[in-house]
Amino acid sequence: MIRLLGCIAMTLALVSALPNSAHAAKIERIVTAAGIEIWHVRDHTLPMISVEFAFNGGASQDPADKPGVANLVAALLDEGAGELDARAFRERLEERAIVLAFAANRDTLRGSLKSLVEHREQAFDLLRLALSAPRFDGSEIDRMKAAVLAGLRHRLTSPGDVAGDRWFARAFPGHPYGRPLHGSLDSVPRITADDLRSFHRRTIARSNLKIATVGAIEAKDLAALIDRVFGALPAQANLAAVPDVAPQGMGEREVVELDLPQTVINFGGPGLKRADPDFIPAYVLNHILGGGSFSSRLYKEVREKRGLAYSVYSHLAPLKHAGLFLGGVSTRNDRVVESLALISEEIRRLASEGSTPEELADAKGYLIGSYALRFDTSGKVAGQLLEIQLENLGIDYIDRRNALIEAVSTNDVRRAAARFLADSSLLVTLVGRPNLAPSPPRGG
Amino acid sequence: MRTLAALAIAGTATLASSRVGVSEMVGPPVTQFTLANGLEVVVISDRRTPVLTHMIWYRVGSADEEPGKSGLAHFLEHLMFKGTAKNPAGRYSDTLARLGGLENAFTSQDYTAYYQRVTRDRLATVMTFEADRMTGLVLTDANVLPERDVVLEERRSRFDNDPGALLGEAAQAALFVNHPYGRPAIGWEHEIRTLDRAEALAFYRRYYAPNNAIVVVAGDVAPEEVRALAEKSYGRIKRRADLKRRARPTEPEPRAHRLVVLSDPRVQQPALSRTYLVPSYRTAKPGESEAFAVLAHVIGSGSLSRLYRALVVEKGIAANVAAAYAGMAFDAGRFAIQASPRPGTSLEQLDAAVDAVIAEVAANGIAAAELERVKTRLVADIVYAQDSQSTLARMYGMGLAIGLTVDQIRAWPDRVRAVNAETVRELARTWLDQRRAVTGHLIKPPAPTEKRS
Repeated sequence: MIRLLGCIAMTLALVSALPNSAHAAKIERIVTAAGIEIWHVRDHTLPMISVEFAFNGGASQDPADKPGVANLVAALLDEGAGELDARAFRERLEERAIVLAFAANRDTLRGSLKSLVEHREQAFDLLRLALSAPRFDGSEIDRMKAAVLAGLRHRLTSPGDVAGDRWFARAFPGHPYGRPLHGSLDSVPRITADDLRSFHRRTIARSNLKIATVGAIEAKDLAALIDRVFGALPAQANLAAVPDVAPQGMGEREVVELDLPQTVINFGGPGLKRADPDFIPAYVLNHILGGGSFSSRLYKEVREKRGLAYSVYSHLAPLKHAGLFLGGVSTRNDRVVESLALISEEIRRLASEGSTPEELADAKGYLIGSYALRFDTSGKVAGQLLEIQLENLGIDYIDRRNALIEAVSTNDVRRAAARFLADSSLLVTLVGRPNLAPSPPRGG
Repeated sequence: MRTLAALAIAGTATLASSRVGVSEMVGPPVTQFTLANGLEVVVISDRRTPVLTHMIWYRVGSADEEPGKSGLAHFLEHLMFKGTAKNPAGRYSDTLARLGGLENAFTSQDYTAYYQRVTRDRLATVMTFEADRMTGLVLTDANVLPERDVVLEERRSRFDNDPGALLGEAAQAALFVNHPYGRPAIGWEHEIRTLDRAEALAFYRRYYAPNNAIVVVAGDVAPEEVRALAEKSYGRIKRRADLKRRARPTEPEPRAHRLVVLSDPRVQQPALSRTYLVPSYRTAKPGESEAFAVLAHVIGSGSLSRLYRALVVEKGIAANVAAAYAGMAFDAGRFAIQASPRPGTSLEQLDAAVDAVIAEVAANGIAAAELERVKTRLVADIVYAQDSQSTLARMYGMGLAIGLTVDQIRAWPDRVRAVNAETVRELARTWLDQRRAVTGHLIKPPAPTEKRS
């Protein structure tokens, strides 16, 4: 069953180091005989291998009338392939504790493989089967549909999920980004084996593939395994064009009534795409507004000073075809107006007055200092290398990244603010029983 | 410059190879020492990346609260970010953030833990701040009261907004009829509302002390360096002489199967839970907890498990099902099963199907191949866990906080390998007995039905 390629021709370039000069792990850029590019970090500390890969496409390639196909394909790739039915396939994985998982998001279908190094042959062979010969047996399709539908029914009453789904539906009418990632109670039952096969045929190919690996394996051996898995795939994906798009509905509010004591709110508007020259300044600016530390303005104003929420945040979401600025807050129904007013005011203030030099310095300190923490496990290193490839940032990005943050000036931040915070009319979705009547802010 | 491979990992454990043949299972070196004031310190070396994880675990959790004060341990955890006499509100977090550190904290029924993830050169800073807030906390109504609102919002997010979580809370309360594990760690809403500054400080002064804490440092640092820094920071704090040993009320022998039903119009997807009162890693006989972990895997982990094969694949009555052994507890542990029915299946049918699977294992045991497969996975998961310094730090911190030793934690894979099929069968027969269990049903209220003649 295993087809060994003969001679492995391989180009190998030692290009980049992981962040922090104390660390000497090198990223090797390997191009296999079949022409597949891999970014690899050789690490023999643990007897394991982590592989992270992605095919561009994802749920934006779902048929317009059948959202949920990509999600179902991801659920079924490891449920029977080649000669192995679902049970036999799972047994082969479990016998050797091989961890294989797939997931679809809006722009990609991703996979991740983790194996003890001694079982690498079997692990890569099972991955090859999953990608090139998935069976999509009827019984397994029914089983996975049942699981997806149960998840969808649960989502109907999960306020965070509803708020997010409604935000995207409202922001992207008629565009693939507006369709529900997991499908709907209406669409999932209608998905057929042919839909799954067609999606697989069109989107799992070498032309839209990115791979990153970390682990106890030499480049030469890795290249052979990678060719065995991915060399068997069609050269060209056949992706439907997805238009670039800006989110709609700015200034609008949608309330989804759900009998809850707390309203879950999503807000957002246009942001910047990853390739935008102002992305890094915008990223620093957002950190000051609502980024992930206990020092952001939203955290301090909404949570710490007033106790309005446990969770309040904002972030930039650079999708492939749209740049987004998104945020959220969950607050008691009778304090929704106060919380939203406060968030709008903080956005307005940051847009009009900019940040203080101290805030800017602190934000840079955080973003630069915490970068190394993204590289402390094999899976995370592979994940970062994959992300950098998907964003086309270049193999030397890890070396350059902290200097890019450091170089952000007050003027850069001001310019970025004008790009995505100045027009503070956002699209807001609220799930709960919010009391939206204007009321004076209450104390304590 | 260091290379990854040059940093040999010491302490290679030679472990009997099972079929998977993890012949060279390596584990990072773990060093343990105790300061003169009673503070325990564990250092786990992971020198691949110049970062480290610092955690402090206090041996106090919600199960140590006085009746009527549920949520106090967790509330105090929030208040620990409000500043000290030496470092006023915000200074610790702001300093940490400026350095690129990540931080957070969590509270369970048995412990309260605070952690920071920083580059290796910041350990001294973190230890200095953390030692300062072991005794220097200053609270005012101005920062305590808004934080109580934050905790109430947290409770709404995690529980009140989620009928499934409310059912879990109710089932937990029904399972423990005498032990404080019956109270939710976050607290009951009406009691959270009454917590105040004075109570939080009293709780703090009673339980936050070096001889009631464990510091775990995992990452790119040598044990001697950690020891020196710990002496200079934590070492200066006096031990508390009046610290009492934990003694919570214990559970009577359970005799009645309990059914807890949460009926909520919000429910679109019903669910079933079954939770048994069983021994924990600390209270079980040697080897028993590992056998519970094996049993949970055999019956309810992944699509090859007994419950999944029977309920999802063969009968087609469930959308998914899983089982887990929650054994990391100072007192009793729990063995839990959860399932979601497919449309057209009642929870009673699902209950019966779960019972049939358990009865089958109790009567006829498990196959050698199943046992082997599950052991392989559990042992490999430990290798995978070693890839993450923060996972290791949690594993050791949690283990020590509930009363295990470093050696016990390290030997876990060996003890998993030693589990035999007969023990697993015996556990199912003895402990997965309905009289020890609470069954939970999450349902939508039945629609008003037409009267049938």
